[in-house]
Amino acid sequence: MIMGEKIVCKVIIIGAGPAGLAAALKLWEGGVRDIVMLEREASPGGILRQCIHDGFGLTRFGETLSGPEYAQKFIDQVAKLPIRLITNATVIDITPQKIVTVACREGLLTLQGEAIILTMGCRERTRGALSIPGERPAGVFTAGVAQSYINLKNTMIGTDAIILGSGDIGMIMARRLTLEGVKVQAVFEIQPYPSGLPRNIEQCLNDYDIPLYLSHTVTKIKGGSRLEAVEISEVDANLTPIAGTQREYKCDTLILSVGLIPENELSKLGEVVLDPRTKGAVVDEFFQTSTAGIFAAGNVLQVHDLVDFVSLEAENLAASVTRYLNEGLPSSPISIETDNKISHTIPQKISGQNDVTLAFRCRVPINNCTVTLLQEGKTLATKHYKKLIPAEMQHILLPASGITTNSAVRMVITLD
Amino acid sequence: MQNAFDVLIIGAGVVGSAVARELARYKLSIAVVEKNPDVCCETSGRNSGVLHAGYNNEPDSLMAKFCVQGNRGFDAVATELSVPYKRTGKLVVGFGEEDMPKLLALKAQGEQNGVPMELVDRAFIKQKAPHVDGDFALWSPSTAILNPFQYTIALAENAAKNGVSFLLKQEVTAISYNKNDQLYTVSTNCGDLTSRWVINCAGLGSDKISTMLGIDEYTIYPCRGEYFILDQSVGSLLPLPVYPVPSIKTGGLGIHLTPTVDGNILVGPSTEYIDSREDYSSTQDTMKLLIEDGSRIFPHLKKEYFIRNFAGIRPKLTPKGVGGFHDFVIERRDDLAPHAVNLVGIESPGLTASIPIAMRVIELIKEVEPLTINPLFDPIREGFTTFNDKTHEEQAALIDSNPDYGEIICRCECITKAEVLAAINNPLRVDTVTGIKYRCRTMMGRCQGGYCQTRIAELILSEKHKARQELLYNRQNSMLFTGTVR
Repeated sequence: MIMGEKIVCKVIIIGAGPAGLAAALKLWEGGVRDIVMLEREASPGGILRQCIHDGFGLTRFGETLSGPEYAQKFIDQVAKLPIRLITNATVIDITPQKIVTVACREGLLTLQGEAIILTMGCRERTRGALSIPGERPAGVFTAGVAQSYINLKNTMIGTDAIILGSGDIGMIMARRLTLEGVKVQAVFEIQPYPSGLPRNIEQCLNDYDIPLYLSHTVTKIKGGSRLEAVEISEVDANLTPIAGTQREYKCDTLILSVGLIPENELSKLGEVVLDPRTKGAVVDEFFQTSTAGIFAAGNVLQVHDLVDFVSLEAENLAASVTRYLNEGLPSSPISIETDNKISHTIPQKISGQNDVTLAFRCRVPINNCTVTLLQEGKTLATKHYKKLIPAEMQHILLPASGITTNSAVRMVITLD
Repeated sequence: MQNAFDVLIIGAGVVGSAVARELARYKLSIAVVEKNPDVCCETSGRNSGVLHAGYNNEPDSLMAKFCVQGNRGFDAVATELSVPYKRTGKLVVGFGEEDMPKLLALKAQGEQNGVPMELVDRAFIKQKAPHVDGDFALWSPSTAILNPFQYTIALAENAAKNGVSFLLKQEVTAISYNKNDQLYTVSTNCGDLTSRWVINCAGLGSDKISTMLGIDEYTIYPCRGEYFILDQSVGSLLPLPVYPVPSIKTGGLGIHLTPTVDGNILVGPSTEYIDSREDYSSTQDTMKLLIEDGSRIFPHLKKEYFIRNFAGIRPKLTPKGVGGFHDFVIERRDDLAPHAVNLVGIESPGLTASIPIAMRVIELIKEVEPLTINPLFDPIREGFTTFNDKTHEEQAALIDSNPDYGEIICRCECITKAEVLAAINNPLRVDTVTGIKYRCRTMMGRCQGGYCQTRIAELILSEKHKARQELLYNRQNSMLFTGTVR
């Protein structure tokens, strides 16, 4: 590798997880050459490397795979192509001019791309972000860190666990810990509904007799050195702990599965505008961010519940990047607005020239409802749902045919 | 292992470490005994990290005198020890007419203590700190911010470099004095140590050690202060510490906002007398109070910026209901405990005053016996090379010199493997997870170790040849792991 010189290439992909790998393959299929993929880990695959449970790929491959198996399908294909993958390489800087600075043992690399694809994934919310009261002993782990210790580092983290948050990773860790001989006493969820997928409640909790308590949270962490106990309280409709409902659970391990946050520190360096709702970039239907030539897809854009959709999103992005490189992209002046029952949509902006599939999530569970897309009072699309839950991302097609002006398109949910 | 010393210092907080470092200028065999696995585990590391100017304390008190001296002398010490700090100055902001006389009284007190002070208007506040609210303020240009961990670690490392032994994880359980030999026997959980001199720098335990020495007249009243730490993304909104007008009775300086040298913001501390000397809990009610009070002077206080809480405990000599500040006790009581220097109730501004306190300890020793200069004393402690604050050209050169600089271990703070290895192989041989954190800032960012903790744990285990279940998180018995999976 030549140091000190700028590596000029067409596309720089940051992160070789499921989104980055899928984007690279699709770009290649679309005729794009000169792709450089940067990965900070020693091998590609992203978070899938530690997800040794199955359930991946049902939508995409029609079979259930483990995380590493799912990733390997993409890794094998990328390996056959002259796509340059630089591992053990951490991006430390990005500019809006699409210059990327990378630290690796061989030196500090500078890359100049025509386009940058952001596929850095997400990170876990921590105890500090939640401000859980109590002491700060050893034995409090986020679910992903616990999963990494157990599945990648052969390291056992405790003997007797409580899980806070019914996110998918938390439930999967409840099962994983149980299988490794840890006593998992219960999962507590502050919301009145589970935040993970129904299939995980069935397969990870019910099958192992692990109780799930809704509308409960940890109100105190006890232990000066190693965790000794947690205090659990019931919460009211405003998620405020109800005095007098405290119960103490003795345990040496607390697993937190309390949400994921798209990892956009690098995006900010590229002057990418973020959406405060998703904590990911504001993008148009081409997955282009507010900085021309910088694109984002996968969990760095919005937290997904299924990796299959991550791959699909990245492939859609790759098709747009190909078009961007070949002919340029139209502007996207039409914004998508939502009512307060919907947490967000991706994309947040559209050109109005193409049919677009909008991804969205509801804020709270809603039964028997209709999602309607309107522009200036005129209905563009409707879709009926028997059940909407926040844990499941939904998709709705917005046809270009009805769009006549550049005024905002509004998404609303009405009860039937 | 050596177990007989000329001077045994009990407690490796900032004062114990400063005493050790300053005493190392003399030909003495010195040890510091500390119950925790690292220096700076208690009050010294759990505070606002402010180098105070010296206007908060009564004129002619040791607190005022040593604080002003410590502030003036800090530039030289920080340079010798490579301690990061910033002379930011500080604003004490007032709202409404009732705050004005209190600020004027504070100004008068400061001027009497020899501290430069200025009463400034709202325009000045907005110019210094555009995001801070207040009608008027007291401006103290000499106030600085520093990293209290780095400072204590630097003092201790420099002491160790000059021959001081640090006996960590050893808790003092009894002290006896043999008049014939003129020797103290200091019993610990790891066996007995003997010493000609004992220096009590035990902070929260200083009353207990004092009693063990035979000086049975002090009671420490633990007074907890809780903090929030805010993300670096808002750090630039607060360029300098901003305090409210202190109320006299509480025993603290009021809930304030302090930038850290690393670009975070601290909100706190609260003031709550508690029974325990070890309960560093954060509490729901106090967290609410911190947000309410903090928002008054800094309206940008939003929950999404919170990355962590912590708490510290002040070793106060004034009980609840009395509040305020009792002056530092720094004494030699030859009738009760010959050849001992007893330091009790060293609370704020102890961090600022630590070197003058150490000088006072040396004076008290010199009154009894002459000390011989150690010609080999080297006041310099090399600092860490940090990657993140360098230009890309400098970073490239660092990686060329050592490829470990090319491996980013902590992504939030951009800390490299070279820095982590330097921290793990520290001169005090501290090998706890938080010990590494305080030395090189890994795990201090917004992901709180989500990315790097597994890597750091692995590096400590391999560098120190430890089994998984031996790895401590911070305090004694804080095992992070129970073993292998299989």
